[in-house]
Amino acid sequence: MAVYFQKREVVVPGQLLAEGRYRTSDGTYDEGGKIYSSLMGLAELKGNTVRVVALDGTYIPKEGDLVIGTIKIVAGNNWKIDIGGPYGASLHANNALRRPYSDDISEYMDIGDVVSAEISAFDRQSGPFLSMRERGLEVLEGGMILEVSPAKIPRIIGRSGSMINMINDHLRIDSVVGQNGRIWIKSPDVARVRLAIKAFRMIETQAHTSNLTDRISKMLAEEVAKLVDSEPSEEPRTEIKTVDEEEPALAPETEVSEVIEPKPEVEPKAESEPQPEAADEIEEVVEDKPEPEVSTDGKNESDDKPETEEVNK
Amino acid sequence: MSPEVKPDFLISPEGLRIDGRRPDELRPIELKVGVLKQANGSASIRQGKTYIIAGVYGPRELHPRHLTINDRAYLRVVYRMATFSVPDRKRPAPSRREREISMVIANSLKPALFLEEYPKAVVDVFIQVIQADGGTRCAAINAASLALADAGIPMRCLVPAVAVGKADGKLLVDLGDEEDKYGQGDVPMAILPTTDEITLLQQDGFFKREELVEAMQMGINSCKYLHELQKDALKRVYAKKPSDGEDEEYEDDLETDLGDAEIAGDE
Repeated sequence: MAVYFQKREVVVPGQLLAEGRYRTSDGTYDEGGKIYSSLMGLAELKGNTVRVVALDGTYIPKEGDLVIGTIKIVAGNNWKIDIGGPYGASLHANNALRRPYSDDISEYMDIGDVVSAEISAFDRQSGPFLSMRERGLEVLEGGMILEVSPAKIPRIIGRSGSMINMINDHLRIDSVVGQNGRIWIKSPDVARVRLAIKAFRMIETQAHTSNLTDRISKMLAEEVAKLVDSEPSEEPRTEIKTVDEEEPALAPETEVSEVIEPKPEVEPKAESEPQPEAADEIEEVVEDKPEPEVSTDGKNESDDKPETEEVNK
Repeated sequence: MSPEVKPDFLISPEGLRIDGRRPDELRPIELKVGVLKQANGSASIRQGKTYIIAGVYGPRELHPRHLTINDRAYLRVVYRMATFSVPDRKRPAPSRREREISMVIANSLKPALFLEEYPKAVVDVFIQVIQADGGTRCAAINAASLALADAGIPMRCLVPAVAVGKADGKLLVDLGDEEDKYGQGDVPMAILPTTDEITLLQQDGFFKREELVEAMQMGINSCKYLHELQKDALKRVYAKKPSDGEDEEYEDDLETDLGDAEIAGDE
């Protein structure tokens, strides 16, 4: 009857965690009454249940998970959907469309479309099945998809959605976070997308540290302030910046002739060519084509309407 | 390292080995975790002059499909040597030896893994020998098990491995290349340290029964030591990151978080 780890200690596979009347849970196994870790992760004791929260790993579907997937095949009245991880999911038209629907279901959703859906069933015998019956599950149009490690998703959502709501509020973006490590981001301008990516990456690398929400909030507040500052009157701000930082490095004549060019800040409206660092992050850009009648839940063409409520509540 | 000459002795009159080690001393070992960005998990090992990188991908969908196992994941290990890893250029085509070592490594790692958690999927382990100087299969197992842990594959424990051999009639731990070539035998072994099970035991050369038993005991002791190094290497990855503000309110209480995650969907 003993526990051999501290709260939130980083443990390695095979490490003895507890002995005696303790129960195993995720990331642990029992051998001869002793409980060992089976993962590298943070050990936790809840009641008398020992668990290890993984620090990394691929996505394994779980019933009830909200996921973001890409349609890969339209097969009869099924869609085969890639949700990441080792298992491909399928979505039956009955679970997505209202009857009656046309025989050719690709009219509603076609290859390449990105959807948010719920895992309705998954076990060892039969691969994951999806459903889009719940409210808010729909084709995601516009925006982009960011992939993060699925193990960090709980951290990105935060307790009762505190983290993701905070990010949405700061940046005024729409986002849907899938348990499969995909985050759909839709924002009016590129600068905010970049900030969102920065925030999510920061959470990913610092997921095992405490007080993260506050730090992210602070970082975003500062960055947004900068953004807002530069928005209404770009000229004076740029000049001050150039004088401040570039003067020692640049020859005086460059400074006079071209003030705007060496500006390090990203212009909010620079929508055109993707910057190299951003291209690295953007896994997949959802095509912004109008979809005629995707009425999964009665909410059509919600492009211009803020969709944050999905996440916020 | 070009024209190989057989050294005059493998054990000096003082009882030290060709590189100055004691018989039961390992070469200096450096383990690093997370060396590859694209892999789900990775590790490198430097053991003397041997240098190996291991990368783990998956669990992921298995292709070709006919290899799938319905009740557990398939463990696919690919051990390759770089053309420049040995003094004579190694021909780049996969050799019989590489295929055999791949299988041997897979067999020694399998008992440690909970592959039944991912039916029909595959866990890919790619091992690349950058520089070979004896003991590559054991070093590869050390690195591969770290990479598997880094990838978050559930496992019983890490798998340390070491080769014990015989040269000039003396038992030696962790053979170097010359000791391997000119010695009288070689016993690579891998163990599961939590239960002391042996998952790899091969032998070439001649050993008396007592010698083999003693060699195995030496091997187990060295493996235990290696296991400590492996644990350190894994923990180091997360230790160096700042974990300030003790634990005040670490709001990520996974139980609650997972429950809350659902609100993102419904409502």
